[in-house]
Amino acid sequence: MSLIHIAWRNFCHRALSSFLTTFSLALGVGLVVLVLSVYGVISEAFTRNASVGYNLVVGPKGSPLQLTLNSVFYLSQPIENLPYTEYMEFLPQAERATMVSRFGGDPELAKRDGRYAPFVAGGFAIPLALGDYFGEFRVVGTTPAFFKELKHGPNVDEDFTFRSGRALQDFSTENGYFEAVVGARVAKQMNVTLGEKFYPTHGDPTGHGHELGFTIVGILDPTGTPNDRAAFVNLEGFYLMDGHAKPVETDAESDNDSEDVLDEAIDAEEASDAEEANEGQPESDPNTNTEASANNGVRLIQSDITPEQANNLTDEKQSDEYRLLSIPEREVTSVLIRNGNIMFAPGMQNAINEGIRSQAVAPIGEINKLMNLIVGPLLTALLAITVITCAVAAVGILVSIYNSMNDRRKDIAVMRALGARRTTVTAIIVFESFQVALIGTILGWILAHAAIVMYSGQIEDQTGVQVGFFTTSNYEILVLPLVLALALIAALLPAWSAYRTDVGSNLSA
Amino acid sequence: MTQLLEIKDLLKSFAQPGGGNLAVLDIPQFQIAEGEQVALIGQSGGGKTTLLHLIAGLLVPDIGSIRIGGVEITRLSEQGRDRFRAETIGYVFQTFNLLPAFTALENVRLGMTFGSGKHKHERAADLLAHVGLKDRLNYRPKQLSVGQQQRVAIARALAGRPKLLLADEPTANVDPNSAESVLDLIRGTCREEKVSLLTVTHDMQIASSFDRLETLDEINQVTHANASAS
Ligand SMILES: Nc1ncnc2c1ncn2[C@@H]1O[C@H](COP(=O)(O)OP(=O)(O)O)[C@@H](O)[C@H]1O
Ligand SMILES: [Mg+2]
Repeated sequence: MSLIHIAWRNFCHRALSSFLTTFSLALGVGLVVLVLSVYGVISEAFTRNASVGYNLVVGPKGSPLQLTLNSVFYLSQPIENLPYTEYMEFLPQAERATMVSRFGGDPELAKRDGRYAPFVAGGFAIPLALGDYFGEFRVVGTTPAFFKELKHGPNVDEDFTFRSGRALQDFSTENGYFEAVVGARVAKQMNVTLGEKFYPTHGDPTGHGHELGFTIVGILDPTGTPNDRAAFVNLEGFYLMDGHAKPVETDAESDNDSEDVLDEAIDAEEASDAEEANEGQPESDPNTNTEASANNGVRLIQSDITPEQANNLTDEKQSDEYRLLSIPEREVTSVLIRNGNIMFAPGMQNAINEGIRSQAVAPIGEINKLMNLIVGPLLTALLAITVITCAVAAVGILVSIYNSMNDRRKDIAVMRALGARRTTVTAIIVFESFQVALIGTILGWILAHAAIVMYSGQIEDQTGVQVGFFTTSNYEILVLPLVLALALIAALLPAWSAYRTDVGSNLSA
Repeated sequence: MTQLLEIKDLLKSFAQPGGGNLAVLDIPQFQIAEGEQVALIGQSGGGKTTLLHLIAGLLVPDIGSIRIGGVEITRLSEQGRDRFRAETIGYVFQTFNLLPAFTALENVRLGMTFGSGKHKHERAADLLAHVGLKDRLNYRPKQLSVGQQQRVAIARALAGRPKLLLADEPTANVDPNSAESVLDLIRGTCREEKVSLLTVTHDMQIASSFDRLETLDEINQVTHANASAS
């Protein structure tokens, strides 16, 4: 008969006590595993969010964390904007020329490469314009490139896929400039379907509504990234919404002379002042600031068309009714950059950060900082508490086995009389403790993972991280050795007592 | 006749709680031959159990020699004695001392667990069948009568194929009716398995049925061990 079998028999003999001890340990282990899983889910959610296929976010100077929260997570207070020309600095001459001719702006812009274009070559620069809301979700003005270039998934190699529909287009015959794609969670929570129109609200989730609606042409599959929580609209349509054009003063053309940093700084000030003035301005009273409203809002020529006429208009004609904003009127909140060659990233980041207007931030670094600063310590504290719970459970093992030692001295003496060594009877005690540890750990693991599976739907909804019964975090591997070590410590005292048991006096007792 | 057990000039005393030593045993000479069956009688407190513990290597003498099958066990380390005991000595207790957590069969198998000898798995069941408990293999000690418990204990003591069976008042806790059959079983089985037997008892009637009957008073020079503190 093996010693483990002997230990098991002893375990079964005191079934109730063994069960209670094991169960209290299982609860402790379950808590630890649960915390570790939550930790795993959170850190995976964070890294997933950080691995979106771009390596830098460029935005206005300010808090790098806030820029990241805005651009990567679509969270936090809205930030300042950058002039469109800052975005154009990442583009090659040919693209800049197209923009100048399409939107209108300083012809000088068309004549050269963007300052950072060589660094980006082979990668991409995708503009984001934030500020509006669809329900509680951020509206993200961007270009079709967003869905073409950005990847996600653990290896950052998965394209965006659509549960239904397609990516938004710059211009389509059926919807003009007003196409939208919504993330999986937005679609679910706002209960919208393909073809529906939604009307972004301005400034904050409770802000007043814009008059222009965007037609939903695509609903994304869940990605486990903040993109699930965003409503994407075509940047051109976004600009056409009331209040989204930057007021342009006659001398604001100096904006294009981006070499002049002092002017840039002043422009930024003015731009933000004007923006604030616009935001404070109620929709119903568009004439307070005549200068702003002259260039402001939707260029929908509707005064002399009846609804019937509007319905009869052809798509092309409809598009003619809008004048796309000129370059000086345009702003972006941030630009997502992937350098064609990652080795150019640090140099470009430095160059941008040395400037006065923009900053370039590596989102992974910011996310890790956030993780290490806030989430990490919180979870560590939680983990410490649960480990203490386990230690308490281990004390339970100690008490349970030690209490049984009085009844067992005779058993030990008998085994010694049958030829068992001191070390053998000691080992049996340790095995018993290990047994409790092993069963408790397995039971606790099962309990925790069953709980996780029960909530896996919510977890995926909230974080996009898929968890199954056998999804384990790396740290969980450490639980068993840890508990076994605790069990060994708990067994020391009773084991020592077993080791010292006197045979003669206990045999006749 | 070759001697299995040879004791020479054995002294054993215990430290007393109040201080001083209590001499319990002083045995100049005592032997048991191979296959021999010996009954040892003596008063309570005379040192019979102490002698059995010494022979089993559970206690060590103050001085003196204990040879079993040519092995001087007083020179063995504690581990050596444990191993020697596991392989050479069978022990039957007055209070049976079956482990309550184990079935009858498992209790018997415990008797062959701690030695290094390889014993066939079936031996335990065979032994239980031999002591008349073929249909009680998976009973717990609590579910057995005292007589049955002592039979299990006998099977356990013989499971490891010992050379010497030590029985410490094996019938004292058994009802008088089963006492005789328990003793017959011990003696018969020892004969079949060619095991020497040393039975301690204070029951004259039982002792008188043995070929060889020894009185502790005669082999032990410490007299009135209870009274004389030295
Ligand atoms: N471990 C011990 N410590 C002190 N005295 C002991 C110890 N074991 C036995 N004795 C004493 O030795 C004497 C003999 O005991 P024991 O061998 O049990 O006698 P018996 O078995 O003949 O009744 C008794 O007086 C007992 O008190
Ligand atoms: Mg006795």
